[in-house]
Amino acid sequence: MSGEATKTLSNDVLWGGGRSPFSISYGKMMMWFFLVSDALTFSGLLVAYGFVRHSTTEAWPIGEEVFRALPFLHGSYPLMYVALMTAILIFSSVTMVLAVEAGHRMDKKGVIKWLFLTVLGGAFFVGSQAWEWKHFIHGGGGYITTAEGAKYWVHNDTHDTHDPAHAPGFHLVLADAGHYMIGEKELEGEEALQVWNERVNYVDGANMVRNEYGPPQYANFFFFITGFHGFHVFSGVIINLIVLIMVIQGVFHRRGHYEMVEKAGLYWHFVDLVWVFVFTFFYLL
Amino acid sequence: MERDDIIEYSLDAHHSEEEGRQIRAKIWRVTGLLAIVTAVEVTLGAFWHEWFPQAWHLVKWTFVVLTLVKATYIVMTFMHLGDERRNIRAIILLPYGLFILYLIFIAIWESNHVHWAWEMFQ
Repeated sequence: MSGEATKTLSNDVLWGGGRSPFSISYGKMMMWFFLVSDALTFSGLLVAYGFVRHSTTEAWPIGEEVFRALPFLHGSYPLMYVALMTAILIFSSVTMVLAVEAGHRMDKKGVIKWLFLTVLGGAFFVGSQAWEWKHFIHGGGGYITTAEGAKYWVHNDTHDTHDPAHAPGFHLVLADAGHYMIGEKELEGEEALQVWNERVNYVDGANMVRNEYGPPQYANFFFFITGFHGFHVFSGVIINLIVLIMVIQGVFHRRGHYEMVEKAGLYWHFVDLVWVFVFTFFYLL
Repeated sequence: MERDDIIEYSLDAHHSEEEGRQIRAKIWRVTGLLAIVTAVEVTLGAFWHEWFPQAWHLVKWTFVVLTLVKATYIVMTFMHLGDERRNIRAIILLPYGLFILYLIFIAIWESNHVHWAWEMFQ
């Protein structure tokens, strides 16, 4: 049976009441209910982040200092990469809503074009997140602590963390409390090597136990929140891909409506919506 | 068996070429707005230290407000919730809104006390 139903609908379809109370189909409504529960999960994660950040007495890392790298380029570009990722995701949300609009006009070619661009944008975003994770885990050089309790940032030109003291451009910077890789006093040459050799601790990059950016919870929340969101994007790309294949096969055209594109679209916009909040509360604030 | 995805009673399941043109114009308008808001957020995030070194609280609340503006446009226009009936809008937004307000309140309240306790007994 296709969706081409007779105009007089049976009472079962109309919730036994003779008319639909919400003028919305079962599938769309259930998608909305799922999104509300999923939104609560993400809210839980972000509120937990806020709780930890607000209750901690340690200095919390600053987003525009930690996230300032771009692929293939040296130098400092605060938040540019995250902004690019945000732009890609918003753009793919726009192509999705255009696919839904084309579906309402039964324009199969239009749906295919816009849905394909949506899948492409989503794949780009997942790839960008993989790069960002790699960069975050590797870190920018790390820091050492001395027996007296002083903390020095480790700098070198190649961001080498295996043998940083022998990489070109090696120098140490006495850490400024609450800032990342920044400080007033620089040590170079023999002096820097001596401090390096007398280090009691070297923390570089990030893992679940410790990280060079700040308290361990900072990296834990980074992995958990962006990871959970990234997994949503990944499944969204898969769902969109399946819907795209079904559109190409003409399944929805025969059915008489493109509501499946609309339902997949709701999920996809939700993923974009979550990122808007992650962007603000994890990176900007 | 009767399909359960029959959408005869769904609002806006189909529209004409002319309506499509208007909807597309609206989509592009909202896109421009979202792009501008994001650009403002990023610029402010990167340069507020130099421009408004004392005004972190103001900048912070600007971010929160701009985020809510973006969220409203995504939910109301892109997710078409603004075009649905008022009752479906209410059963989706109200329970979530009430719960999240409570969650934020309790998180701020409790984290204040935990912060105080750690400072006290460290």
